This record gives sequence, C-alpha cells and structure tokens, in this order.
Amino acid sequence: MESGKKQKLLGSLFVNGTLLLLVFLWTIPTLGIFVSSFRNRDDIATSGWWSILPHREWQPVREIDISQAGLDPNGVMEIEGISGTFEEFRAGVETPNGKRITWIGNKRLGKVEVQEEVWTVNWNFTLDNYTQVLGGQDFEFTKSDGTVYVVPGDNMTGAFLNSLSVAVPSTVIPILIAAFAAYAFAWMNFPGRRELFIMVVALLVVPLQIALVPILRDYKALELNGTFLAIWLAHTGFGLALATYLLYNYISSLPRDILESAFIDGASHFTVFTRLILPLSVPALASFAIFQFLWVWNDYLVALIFLGGNPEFELVTQRMAAIVGARGQDWHLLTAGAFVSMILPLAVFFGLQRYFVRGLLAGSVKG
Amino acid sequence: MELLSGTREQKQSLGARILSFISRVLLAISIPLIAFYILYLGFIFLRDSQAPRGIIALVAIVWGVGGVAILYWIFNDLVERLSDSWTTRLLPFVFVGPAMAILAWYLAIPALRTFWISLFDRDGPPDGLNILQLITSDSFVGLGNYVEVFNPGGLMLQAFRNNLMWIVFGSTFSVAFGLIIAVLADRSRMEKVAKSLIFLPMAISFVGASIIWNFIYEYRPAGQPQVGLLNAFVTGLGGAPQAWPQWVDIAPWNNLFLIVIVIWLQAGFSMVLFSAALKGIPGELLEAGRIDGANEFQIFFRIMIPYIQGTLISVWTTIVIFTLKIFDVVWVMTGGQFGTHVIATQFYRQSFTNQNSGFGSAIAIVLLIAVIPVMYYNLKQFREQEAF
Repeated sequence: MESGKKQKLLGSLFVNGTLLLLVFLWTIPTLGIFVSSFRNRDDIATSGWWSILPHREWQPVREIDISQAGLDPNGVMEIEGISGTFEEFRAGVETPNGKRITWIGNKRLGKVEVQEEVWTVNWNFTLDNYTQVLGGQDFEFTKSDGTVYVVPGDNMTGAFLNSLSVAVPSTVIPILIAAFAAYAFAWMNFPGRRELFIMVVALLVVPLQIALVPILRDYKALELNGTFLAIWLAHTGFGLALATYLLYNYISSLPRDILESAFIDGASHFTVFTRLILPLSVPALASFAIFQFLWVWNDYLVALIFLGGNPEFELVTQRMAAIVGARGQDWHLLTAGAFVSMILPLAVFFGLQRYFVRGLLAGSVKG
Repeated sequence: MELLSGTREQKQSLGARILSFISRVLLAISIPLIAFYILYLGFIFLRDSQAPRGIIALVAIVWGVGGVAILYWIFNDLVERLSDSWTTRLLPFVFVGPAMAILAWYLAIPALRTFWISLFDRDGPPDGLNILQLITSDSFVGLGNYVEVFNPGGLMLQAFRNNLMWIVFGSTFSVAFGLIIAVLADRSRMEKVAKSLIFLPMAISFVGASIIWNFIYEYRPAGQPQVGLLNAFVTGLGGAPQAWPQWVDIAPWNNLFLIVIVIWLQAGFSMVLFSAALKGIPGELLEAGRIDGANEFQIFFRIMIPYIQGTLISVWTTIVIFTLKIFDVVWVMTGGQFGTHVIATQFYRQSFTNQNSGFGSAIAIVLLIAVIPVMYYNLKQFREQEAF
C-alpha cells in the first residue's frame, strides 16, 4: 500500500514536471518578445531580456580621474595597488578584495572605474517603443556609406486599421455566402446538388498557390488590383470551401421538424434562413468566424500579391515583414510591433477559445 | 384550382395586366441597378478617397458586408416575384450560386488555367491567338517547364529536399509533442492553463512568429554580449555563437531552425484534437487494461494509440499539407537564402520576382499534384457517408 502511494506520487511528479517544462519552453519565446517590447532601446541592444531577472552585475562604485592620478596609458600603470597595461585594464582587472578595475573609453579621453559585483535587476521599462511604432513620423536612416535615407515611420496605426478593414469583411462575407450555400445543400432539392458538393469537398485541400497567377491576371484586367474588394474576394474564395463544408455539417444536423412547421406556416426559404437557421447556427458561425479571422489577420502571402502594389493599403503583416527586412536589428521596434500585431488575434483567441476549439474539432484542412 | 386562377386572370383587363407587368419588370430592373450603383459609388470612394483611414475602414466594413447581404436580398426578391414553380426551380441557385461561382472562379478554374499557363514560356500564352496558333507558337513549350522542375541539376531539387525535411520533421514533432502534452495534461491539475499556453502560438501570425524566433536566434560576434537566447545559452556553455538559420556550413540541417518555429506553432493544434480524442476513450477500457496489469506505457501504445488512430491520421495529414505549402516563415526569416528554399518560396520567386509565369505555374501544379492523394481520401470518406 505504502509503495503504491509512493509510486503514485512519483508518477504525478513526473507528469507535472514534464508538463511544466514543456509549458515553460513553449512560453519563453513569446515572453522574451513581450518583456523586450517594454525595455529601452539601448538596453535591448546591450543585454539579454532575461537581465530583468535578479543577476550579478559589475557596477561602478568610484571613478578615478586619469590626469589627477597621473596615469600613463602607454606604459605599465599602477591603479589601486594593481599594475597592468592599458589593454589589461580595458578588459577589466579583478582585485584580491573582489573588486574590478576597468578602463572605460579610449586612452586619452577615458576614465577608470572601480567596480563591484552586486545583485541587480534591469528594470528600466518604457512605453517609448510603442509610441514610436504606432506613430507615423518619418525616420532618418544613415547607410554605411554616409547617405541619408528618410523612411516613413512605422505607421502601425494605419496598418492596423487597414488590417481591420480587410479582416472583418473577409470574415463576414464568406460566412454569409457559405451559410446560404450550406442551407441550400441541406434543405433544398436541385439538380447537381451532389456533384456541386463533391466539388466543395475536393476543393478543401487545393493549395491557394494554384490560383494566384490567373487571379492576378483577372484583377489586372478588371483594374481591381490593390483594392480592398480584390483581397476580400480572394479571401472569400480561398476560405469558402471550408466554410461551406463546416456550415453544411452543422445546418444539416438541425432538427427537421422545426423547419417543417415553419414552412407549413407559409414562411419562405429566405425567411426561414434569416429568422431561424442563422440564429440557430450561431455556434458554428462563431467558430468558423474565429478561424477565418485569425487566418486573414495573420495572412501574408495573399496580401503580398493582391495588395502588394499599393503601399497605402499595407497590412500589419506586410508592415512587420518590411521592418524585418529594412531594420532587422531594431529590436525595440520589432518587439513592440510584433506585439501590436498580435494583440487583436490574442484577444479574439482568449475571449472565444471555446468556440475556436469547437471549430477545430469540427474542421478539416484548409487550402 | 388551376382552372379558377385561370379564369380570374382572364377577368383582369388587358391594360391592367400590361401595366402590372411593366411595373414589375421596371422594379425588377431598377432595384438591382440602384443597388449596384450605390455599391459602385462605395467602391470608387474606397479606391480613390483621401479620407482618414478610420473612416475608410468603417465605410469598407459597412459597404463590404452590407453589400453582399443586399445582393442576396435583391435576388431572392426577384425570384420570389416569379410563379411558384419557377421560384422552386431557381431559388436554390440564388442560394448556392454565388458560393459556387466564387469557388469556380477562385479555385476550380484557376487550376486548369494554371496548368495551361505552365505549358508556355515565361510570358504565358500570348494574346489574340486561337488554340491552334497557340500550340504551334514559339512560346508553347509543352512539358518543358516540368522537365526543368524535376531536373536533377536544377534549382528545384533543393526546394524538394527542404520541403521533404519540413514534412517529415515538422509533422512528426508537431504530432509527437501534441500527443505527449495532451496525455500529460489529461492527468494534471493544471490542464486548462497548460493547454491554453501551449495553444497560444496558434493565434500568432507567421510573420510575428518569425520575429519572435529571429530574436531567439539573434547573433552577435563572439565577445559581445549576446542578446539572443540561444546564443547566450551556447556561449554560456562555452560554445561559439552562430546565426543559426543562416548557418550554411551545416546545410541542409539549418532548415531545422526554421522547422522548429512551425512545430512551436502547430503543436497546440494537434494537442487540442488529441486531447478531445483521448477524452473519448471509455474509462472502462483503460480500467480493464490496468486491472490486467498493463503499465502506463503499454496502455498508451496498446489502447490509446489504436483508439485515436482516426484523429492521428487526420491531424497528421493536416500538418503534412500545411508544411507542404509553407511559405511565410521561410520568406520572412531567410528569403530562401542559405539553402532554405521550399516549393512555395520558389513558386513565389519564379512567378512574381522573376516574372517567369510558365515555370512558376508548373511549380504550383506540382503542389496541386502532391495534395491529390489527400483529396482522393477525403472524397472516399465522403462517398462512404450515406447521409448526403
């Protein structure tokens, strides 16, 4: 009995320990970005984000004036009873009493610091990164050959609004169209019903790459390229097969007698659809809506192709990818920008997680 | 009944009938025309307006969503004005028609068009020729683009190899981690929190995930303080810092540093599906196994795995298809440099950067052919369901 209990305890320790480790590994990447987005530009560039945790660091306790102490950096010097060359002091020399002497700067204008190792946390948090990323000022940029470029500021606010105007209709339009189609497949009889639904099933896994070149040609012919309508229709087309399939599964499982009694009362299909079916299907509509919203918000390829020619309509993902390309070392901008781009999907995700999971469970593969 | 209605119609004067007919037709034409005109005005406003973005966004949302709803309402109204038998005949197509038209325009027909384009050289089929002239024209290369795609010395070979790595490592580890986490979480008190945190990356875009992981891989020359977690870790252990995904010396294994990102994103997806499947296993089954003296590992491999086999297959195929089409991560992280091109990045590069639409289309067709087994499996499953 005693050993059984012990085994059980060990088992639970193993389960929880492994789980904790995995959760830790999965959370660390996002945590790093999140913490860094609130750190100073210089701090990010010179120390890891984990320096917000307590750690030991050399900090100056006293400064020694070079000229007053009469030091000659070109020879062997004696500072605080320790002798060494300029190069040695530059790297830092530790004294027997646990201090360190470090030469900061160059030979002529430098200074000497006596440092002590202390426990510290690096907590200079700021909101500057966010104001810079969200604001739209121009940004001067000097290349290594001395030429100065002016690049537009990281107008994430504009990109955010653009993403919103793309994502909301691109979510609602396919749902509406798919719901009508799913209703017809489930409750109406018409020639070709089976064949058309087989087409929907077949198209579930078709990769959207197949469509990009022909659709781009059509858009150029129709002068639609770079417009909101173009990208809404594209997302509608690419999301419609899955939407129709999922909504059909749900709508066809609604109890038959509710509809029949409505028809006996003389209701038309349109009335039944808008008054009865849509309200009853809210759970299915919501779960697909979250799916599609996340997909559209996070999409990069479709936006790159159909909105790529129009910088004014740049979306959040394009904006971020552009910052990675042009200023991949500016981590204070990248981290804050990444978080701005994630805030809405994360809110949707946490707010509606239940529906999202339900949608996944009913779902299939998206082309 | 028919006789009665017939006589009533005859009683109406000819003038009244013509008048009502004309007014119906006028109404039927004018309502859509007005609606289309309003929608067109909205479109022009959205395309050309200099209004503040907030207003444009608002108009875009109202116009886009409202426009579609209005179109359905109008067409339904038009069809309902017809006689009953015609309404029954036509109404299904009002409901199902737009969806089918869009699917045909955006996916079904483009597959054929892309195949057609793939038979021509970089500019695609020239305009203004009939089919016979097209086939005999200089730009028609037949299957030449496909020969180039599968040319063992060509640039696609690397992409195929990398994509294979993506499929094998990406799907295996996503499934394995998802399964392990699902099993562990099922027995833990922190199930809810743990699952939410593992699932969280699902909400992050590939571009965002690329930034997150770029920050982990951030490289500083040796001697400088490393701000990237991985290099800080490696130098802390006495190793040399590397720009991991760009480390060509170990190619093709540097692809693994990109694949990790997708495992991080997708493990949550497989975890959720496995978690639901595991909860469906009857408790008596597990209890019976335990009474018979099976240990936890035997229960896992002999009872759980066979029981959730269906879910396992569908999750696996989903992630295989997903990794087959992988684009954003590679494009943002390396742009395909350092030996990391995959099929979809080569497709993009050939079609849009190099403007070689024939070759690009051939690559897209190869992607399509690669998913056909899954399509066939889906259709088979669908046919087996007698419900439809």
